[in-house]
Amino acid sequence: MTQPPPPPRILPSGDTGLTVEFGEEIDPALNARVLELDRAAAALPGIVETIPTYRSLLVRYDPALVSYDDLGAQLVDLARDLKGEDRAGTIWDIPVCYGGEYGIDLEATAATHDLTPDELVRRHMAPTYRVYMLGFLPGFAYLGGLDPSIATSRRVSPRLQTPAGTISIGGIQALVASLAAPSGWHLLGRTPVRNFMPTREPAVIIQPGDGVRFRRIDEADFIRLDREAEAGQLVAEAVS
Amino acid sequence: MSALLVKTCGPMTSLQDAGRIGAGRSGISRSGAMDGLSLAEANALVGNPPDIGAIELMLVGGTFEIVGGPARIALAGARMALTVDGAPVAPSTSCTAPEGATITIGGASEGIYAYLAVAGGFDVAPQLGSVSLQPRAGIGGLDGRPFRAGDRIPLRSAEDPAGPEHDLPPWRPDADPIRVVLGPQDDLFPPDAVEAFLGNTYTVSEEADRMGYRLAGQPIEHLRGFNIVSDGLVAGSVQVPGSGLPIVMMSDHQTTGGYPKIATVISVDRARLAQRRVGTAVRFAAVPVAEAHAILRAQRAAIAALPSQLRVVHSGLPSVEEMLALNLAGEAKDALAEG
Repeated sequence: MTQPPPPPRILPSGDTGLTVEFGEEIDPALNARVLELDRAAAALPGIVETIPTYRSLLVRYDPALVSYDDLGAQLVDLARDLKGEDRAGTIWDIPVCYGGEYGIDLEATAATHDLTPDELVRRHMAPTYRVYMLGFLPGFAYLGGLDPSIATSRRVSPRLQTPAGTISIGGIQALVASLAAPSGWHLLGRTPVRNFMPTREPAVIIQPGDGVRFRRIDEADFIRLDREAEAGQLVAEAVS
Repeated sequence: MSALLVKTCGPMTSLQDAGRIGAGRSGISRSGAMDGLSLAEANALVGNPPDIGAIELMLVGGTFEIVGGPARIALAGARMALTVDGAPVAPSTSCTAPEGATITIGGASEGIYAYLAVAGGFDVAPQLGSVSLQPRAGIGGLDGRPFRAGDRIPLRSAEDPAGPEHDLPPWRPDADPIRVVLGPQDDLFPPDAVEAFLGNTYTVSEEADRMGYRLAGQPIEHLRGFNIVSDGLVAGSVQVPGSGLPIVMMSDHQTTGGYPKIATVISVDRARLAQRRVGTAVRFAAVPVAEAHAILRAQRAAIAALPSQLRVVHSGLPSVEEMLALNLAGEAKDALAEG
């Protein structure tokens, strides 16, 4: 017998926000409940915007339309009735050029785990990752499902700038970065895929609940696909 | 077609409105004016709705030229000296600039953010629902970047401004506590750390910009480490990283973060914090959610009432009576803002 999950906690995030906290860990079933509540909450009056994350749903609301207590109670009610259905997300095939100038930490990260760079790449490419959330900066996709044997704690001192398209790992998480940004994670490669492109419709491709697989490409392919991506093509393929 | 030409400006001069709603789920923060009340005042002075896009100036002024026709303008917020063709304009006072006029704005003597509004607004296409610049995303403003010399910002209205000029009580700095709602993660701090957070006097550090204000002062302790699994941030979220020194998220904040959030600055007071310069004292005071809502309601009512607060300006400089009334009105406005 599995017990029903405990009700989420309703926590204030200022005067126009509240956080529906399902837990404090990275867990696919917990994240599925966050995304299911996100879809269900869209119908509630007074909600301005929602931001689903790994383990909580941030709800921005207009207090002129709904009170904190009423909205919290409605969200707890909705959460109680969740069916535990995960969204059938798209599985994306993401081309990655690993190592060298494209992934400056590949060799050192492999050495940390007593692996060859090729073996580390193989293990990085093996899973189908779950997209838990988009966050931090536009289009940054935070992935779970990394092989624990290559989990690597973050750098002691973060880099102030890492390139757009960086494919990196930090702890047990993996990331597809869409823009140049500061980062304390380990850079394994780069993808030509632009998960955020404001001039393209849609501006963001990969969504929470989707799946991601990595495919190794060489430098010549990277340069060709990068040119296509710059012209507005997706270059990521939906494989299911 | 009339336009505002940028002759010179500071590096952080941008177009800002009330911000972008609905894109947070894609990692795109709301952006928008750092001081929404001053934006509303600048807009009200030229007869605009309160939250349409105006030019946000940060500390540094600039020089602009009106081309293609006359335009009514107003500057509100941080104290920056405004002249039109060399003639001074009183703070928070509208002014009709003739075609070809040079608008000169000096550096801020008090506060940080000021707003230059033009009657009818700027004719700039919104991106993802807003004209606000979000420089990381490269969206909003002109070409997704701050303004620079040579930019031509088209104006929406080509009509000759009619009717008298108006003024409002000018912006004034204050040293009152910045009000917060505790949470969402105040339970990740020992009770005496929450007390210390509310009792300490912090100062605004050098690292303060449109993304966030890092504060300097006494560090506070966490209950069990400073890493949490990332969750959502709002403008006003007070993150406490490993250093134990709070960082208040501002308009261009990242959408998620992995540090515990001890409290959230209430919407109304985020604008007050935004105007505090490096080295300025910051104290926090906790209010319940219901009180924060009452404060927000009062400010929304005050913004809705701005058009009725406008006073007709008869000549270049206000009379002694008008100066007195201006001070009284200033106090009334502050009382309203404090709910």
